[in-house]
Amino acid sequence: VTNSAPSMINLIGSESDSQRTLYPYVTGTSVVGIKYKDGILLAADMGGSYGSTLRYKTVERLKTVGKHSIIGASGEISDFQEIMRNLDELILYDNMWDDGNSLGPKEVHNYLTRMMYNRRNKFNPLWNSLVLGGVKNGQKYLGTVSMIGVHYEDNHVATGFGNHLARPLLRDEWHADMTFEEGVKLLEKCMRVLLYRDRSAVNKLQIAKITEEGVTISQPYALKTFWNFSAFQNPTAGAEGSW
Amino acid sequence: MTKQHANWSPYDNNGGTVVAIAGADYCVIASDTRMSTGYSILTRDYSKIIQLADKSVMASSGFQADVRALQKVLEARHLIYQHQHNKQMSCPAMAQLLSNTLYFKRFFPYYAFNVLGGLDSEGKGCVFTYDAVGSYERVGYSSQGSGSTLITPYLDNQLKSPSPLLLPAKDAVTPLSESEAIDLVKTCFVSATERDIYTGDKLEIVILNASGIRRDYMELRKD
Repeated sequence: VTNSAPSMINLIGSESDSQRTLYPYVTGTSVVGIKYKDGILLAADMGGSYGSTLRYKTVERLKTVGKHSIIGASGEISDFQEIMRNLDELILYDNMWDDGNSLGPKEVHNYLTRMMYNRRNKFNPLWNSLVLGGVKNGQKYLGTVSMIGVHYEDNHVATGFGNHLARPLLRDEWHADMTFEEGVKLLEKCMRVLLYRDRSAVNKLQIAKITEEGVTISQPYALKTFWNFSAFQNPTAGAEGSW
Repeated sequence: MTKQHANWSPYDNNGGTVVAIAGADYCVIASDTRMSTGYSILTRDYSKIIQLADKSVMASSGFQADVRALQKVLEARHLIYQHQHNKQMSCPAMAQLLSNTLYFKRFFPYYAFNVLGGLDSEGKGCVFTYDAVGSYERVGYSSQGSGSTLITPYLDNQLKSPSPLLLPAKDAVTPLSESEAIDLVKTCFVSATERDIYTGDKLEIVILNASGIRRDYMELRKD
């Protein structure tokens, strides 16, 4: 998503554009989500990076939205906070109708998509990739939106590095109607790979579960990591005598 | 200090190929269901086809967010048309509306490559093909998207389209039967899938004829 075409440069910048987003500052990394038997599981770590510094380690990147949905965000944290302000207001107005109706995950996902796309149209994007999951009336829903408005739903989704590292694992091992334990195990496998290979990952994560009954976001915990591969045991064994 | 330039693009190409073929009394509109970005596959099951009216079906490839926005604009405009005229829009009318909608954003285009298929007011198959800013013409068949360079020459060969320079104009609709046209479309996509990395996963075929609308699916290579 880099842009250097000469034709684009004038369209994107002008004198009064000191207010437009140029690049993100505090960012969250991957979010991974899967559908399972009873609903949706989302996982995200609690890191907020400031460039290459792992500055914040208690950032909650999974939040509930109304009764039926959870949102997971990667990218600029301040933009996520702005999105949450909008979503909280949306849910508030929905509740104020007091008509027994409530916004489901499909509706919230559509709202998010329109919000992201409209900001992209004004050349001032919300620098996030979002995952939206939920259950309403027995129907499971899992979707994602990018910062330029590209959106889709699937049985498993991921943002950022997760698309490269977690999706292949999910394509291989995900199947319909997984149990909660199977789902958590699969998500932890994905998060572990991300922890090994994504520079911005931190070993402190939360898993969010949403079913017809409601939403729970776990307490933060850490994954076990395994470094006792034989190649790591005595790494210089083959080097004696060589330079 | 030199002015900072944005390092993001408002556009992305989410790939995919679309094809439409017009017959004497039917129209076949098909697309793959793969959605990609860069060298990654985002999902293998995303429909690029939408039914805008009774007898108009649009298939679009390109930048998915723009495609979806375009679909929504046309859907909304069709609803208003129905309220005002108490009837469905004809395919040629929808074709003009699509062209105007695209040109409206001539200076910040919808990055969408469209093919509109359906039945005209006489019940004959019609296909309209577009570029991103609304330039369009009625043709007997068309292909757009990442695999179009592989498919169009094949269709030119198989459908032996009459030259558009002929006077009087010769009808471009194919004499093929509906099932022959469907087989041809399947062959197109199987071939394009072999060589185009952005085409594959699944083929969705929509068939419009006097009896209504029907959908067919076929698996494609997933690599």
